[in-house]
Amino acid sequence: MTQTDVRSRPDRGARIDGEIWRVSGPVVVATGLTDARLYNVVYVGEARLPGEVIRLDGERATIQVYEDTSGLRVGEPVEDTGEALTVELGPGLLGGIFDGTQRPLPTIAAVGDDPYGAPTIGRGLQVPSLDRERRWTFVPSVSAGDKVGPGDVLGIVAEPTAISHKVLVPHGVSGVVEETREGSFTVEEPVAVVGGEPVAMLRRWPVREPRPVARRLDPEEPLVTGQRILDTLFPVARGGTATIPGGFGTGKTVLEQSLAKFSDADVVVYIGCGERGNELTEVLEEFPELTDPKTGASLMGRTVLIANTSNMPVAAREASIYTGIAIAEYFRDQGLGVALMADSTSRWGEALREVSGRLEEMPAEEGYPAYLSTRLAEFYERAGSVVCLGADEREGSVTVVGAVSPAGGDFSEPITQNTLRLAGTFWALDTSLARARHFPAIAWGTSYTLYELDGWFDREVADGWSDGRAWALDLLQKEGALLDIVQLLGADALAPAQRAILATGRLMREDFLQQSAFDEIDAYCALPKQRHMLRVVRAAHEALVATVGRGAASEAGAAVPALREVSRMKYWPDEEAEGRASDLIERIRKEMEEL
Amino acid sequence: MSERSPNGMTQAIAGTNGRASLFSLERRTVGYVSGPLLVAGGAEGVGYNEIVDVVAPNGETRRGQVLEVEGDKMVVQVLGGTRGLDRPATKVRSRGEVATMAVGSDLVGRILDGSGRPTDGGPPLRPAAYRDVNGAPLNPYARAHPSDFIETGISAIDGLNTLVRGQKLPIFSGFGLPAAELAARIAEGASVVGEGEGDFVVVFAAMGVTHREAAFFRRRFAGSAALERSVLFLNLADDPSVERILTPRAALTAAEYLAWEEGRDVLVILSDITNYAEALREVSAAREEIPGRRGYPGYMYTDLASLFERAGRVRGRPGSVTQLMILSMPDDDITHPIPDLTGYITEGQIVLSRELDRRGIDPPIDVLPSLSRLMNAGIGAGKTREDHRQVADQLYASFARGRELRRLVSIVGEGALSDEDRRQLAFADDFEEKFVGQGVNRRSIEDTLETAWRLLGRFPPDELKRIKPETLERRQTMEEGL
Ligand SMILES: Nc1ncnc2c1ncn2[C@@H]1O[C@H](COP(=O)(O)OP(=O)(O)O)[C@@H](O)[C@H]1O
Ligand SMILES: [Mg+2]
Repeated sequence: MTQTDVRSRPDRGARIDGEIWRVSGPVVVATGLTDARLYNVVYVGEARLPGEVIRLDGERATIQVYEDTSGLRVGEPVEDTGEALTVELGPGLLGGIFDGTQRPLPTIAAVGDDPYGAPTIGRGLQVPSLDRERRWTFVPSVSAGDKVGPGDVLGIVAEPTAISHKVLVPHGVSGVVEETREGSFTVEEPVAVVGGEPVAMLRRWPVREPRPVARRLDPEEPLVTGQRILDTLFPVARGGTATIPGGFGTGKTVLEQSLAKFSDADVVVYIGCGERGNELTEVLEEFPELTDPKTGASLMGRTVLIANTSNMPVAAREASIYTGIAIAEYFRDQGLGVALMADSTSRWGEALREVSGRLEEMPAEEGYPAYLSTRLAEFYERAGSVVCLGADEREGSVTVVGAVSPAGGDFSEPITQNTLRLAGTFWALDTSLARARHFPAIAWGTSYTLYELDGWFDREVADGWSDGRAWALDLLQKEGALLDIVQLLGADALAPAQRAILATGRLMREDFLQQSAFDEIDAYCALPKQRHMLRVVRAAHEALVATVGRGAASEAGAAVPALREVSRMKYWPDEEAEGRASDLIERIRKEMEEL
Repeated sequence: MSERSPNGMTQAIAGTNGRASLFSLERRTVGYVSGPLLVAGGAEGVGYNEIVDVVAPNGETRRGQVLEVEGDKMVVQVLGGTRGLDRPATKVRSRGEVATMAVGSDLVGRILDGSGRPTDGGPPLRPAAYRDVNGAPLNPYARAHPSDFIETGISAIDGLNTLVRGQKLPIFSGFGLPAAELAARIAEGASVVGEGEGDFVVVFAAMGVTHREAAFFRRRFAGSAALERSVLFLNLADDPSVERILTPRAALTAAEYLAWEEGRDVLVILSDITNYAEALREVSAAREEIPGRRGYPGYMYTDLASLFERAGRVRGRPGSVTQLMILSMPDDDITHPIPDLTGYITEGQIVLSRELDRRGIDPPIDVLPSLSRLMNAGIGAGKTREDHRQVADQLYASFARGRELRRLVSIVGEGALSDEDRRQLAFADDFEEKFVGQGVNRRSIEDTLETAWRLLGRFPPDELKRIKPETLERRQTMEEGL
């Protein structure tokens, strides 16, 4: 018994099937599907390949097919399911890896009689997204006689992770709890009866529809990432949106993966959209070995992976983004902080473009359909910090971080430009920084955040945080302007105080902004350590300015041995950062005073 | 999937599943011909993407692939070219299946044309099976993350852009640069270090290469000893361009069989991706599709990915498919759609520089835009050496700084340079000449890293910011001990 969160559509009576009239790549046109509705799921051909109706035009229904269409012939049957594309929601999502239409990839690998498992994905396999046999321990949190409505917590399922999974009253169901059951159940078995309706743990939800909330909140807290340049200079809010555009090899994926590992979200949904298979394999191999910095539990236990790699069917790539965000909303509705990583939204846009091209739609810029910006907006607007449905007024959030892969690394292309209008945080990756191996290759001159989070940092981490941030941004800006002069006239043209800025600017870039994702210690930097590192850079600058003020050469100041130690700050253990920073500041001051 | 070709053993690409006899009697008349395409009637019963026989008025048969079916019409791309087909007597005959390729260890040692038919005058092929040339996507859950170091003997690769077993790594070249020579050196020198040692089988697919290039590859891959571990697919510049769309797929299908079913480590070399992309563009233009950037089809990313993602390793199985592709960047422009889309798919790139080539640096690898995304997985203690990461980071940091200073000095002179700057400037020259420009000599990874340490020796230890103090100390003790 499957609970549909949205009321099922009325029965249409007798099913009228159509037949294939045209096949071109992932797009099939069928005739005779007279009753089909837009976005209905259909099965195409004798192989019963799943697809979705994306255009209706009199006699003809246009279908995007989620699997390889090779071999489909004109005249083969098309069957309308009468339902929209949905995801299955419930226990068993966490730690899982699914394809773009939520087929579980481990189950697919186990299909067939190959002793090693099937290495490739076969066609036309239909397997349920969530395991129908597995049993989960359900503990009710309501009792018979309670009055409940949509979003109220019916009970808790213990998953083998740090997260307790809340089973909520489905949308469209309310009334008096007539019965609850405690014990071990499959996702389809009823665990309660509400208002005469049996309720199980399994929910289904149409992926293209945002899940309802009580109300939206202004994002006020940062999603802490442990990445210095992000937290200190360009933080993203919980429930906010961030975009990472960058040419190939500039570090989008490494950054998305670092965020998936280290950000202080409760749940991470990671969508590999049209990118490399090996990058998901890497997550699958690595995450179970890592622990969540917040809970100490396995990182995989808080992660859901959605994989439509670049060699998987292109129409399912279009769907993968929605599959991912519907799952993210489901966890948000339980009162959790969810971070959704989409790598890369450009591949999703290109899937739209490919299908649109086959429909012979009138293209707008660079062949993309005119509705590209609307679709992007619909997606990013599903991020947010919200009060969930339910009497207890839980708060949850979905933070969206979307990578963008601009052609030729040129940010003037349509996906980057349309995304920029929507995202609250812009982390611009720069090819020349990446080539010089300055990572993360985030260009500090062009990146920005629109979220006002200074107050939170001053309150929660340290008074003076925002002052340090403003100082750092100012220093980098000044350094940039001076470097432009040096490029033209040489360093000789600069006054001593200006040279001091260049010296500190270099410390700032190399010893603070650069952060290796592959160093065991440096990969994650706690907020207090970020602050102490910045404190050292700032103190070094002030000492240097004082030194040149006394008439000493800034080169002599920049050469004191204590400054060499600044490059080792990254490897300080978090808990020693404060003490070591104070000692180092002392030494720097002393050595410079002695000049 | 069919097990035997009805057309005799010499036909490597077949297309039959027993239904062939049913359909082969049907004849469809050709409507019109446009570039590499023809439109024919009578498409009932013909599947999308299937292979058909196109029978010219003179009775000659060419292979075609169905790009679209609509009602009773089909659009066919003719792999053998459309010359002489624009007459009413041209017929299309269905085979009832997508293109398949004869596979098996029997292929090793053979030279085939771009469609997989032997051209070496040898005996007919005795294939173990026929496989769909389009392959099927590897399940990310079934993959094993590539992590075994391949020693190529080339310092700029082994030291800084390490290749691992199952990686896909293109060589971004320019017309006239020695990419073929580099690929050949890698193929000859490559060995997997550690478990699964042994030679690679080289599957080489030429797409639109000139006779001169083909002769080069034959000499290097099909010389007496090398041929015993090579398969060559040759689509030459004067062969039909549309056949190029099939060539890499046939080659990869042969490679996958050797890797996943026979457990061999296969190195696939594809040359030249640019010619392949031109063929894609030609077909797209003939279909009057809405073009993406610079006239290349909007689906080119997906199409290239369907080739490149066929590299990798599979959990629980020996064998691997490693891909090296040669790609000539039009106008040496790395932002051109062909290198750009490729770089977005592959696991890094080796970039050749015209400037280095002119200066006689051999191999002329520009390390700054070069990258191996799988390097981290393949290096370190137990694989290469514990100090590898740090040495590579330091070389990159010092060289990038040296290059920046070189540019600065060319504008404002050396006047204002600090001593450290001068060291970095001199290092950059040395690095290019001695580390990158190793010439034809093969270097072990040990040699590569020791060469690096010698070059870094010019810096006082506290300028080596990327190397951890422990490593420096260990190094010092070691050197004193010598
Ligand atoms: N924070 C980082 N620390 C160290 N290396 C990095 C970092 N970010 C990126 N890199 C390097 O850059 C390469 C490319 O990064 P990746 O995220 O795969 O790029 P993209 O997804 O933008 O193509 C990585 O393989 C790695 O070598
Ligand atoms: Mg990436």
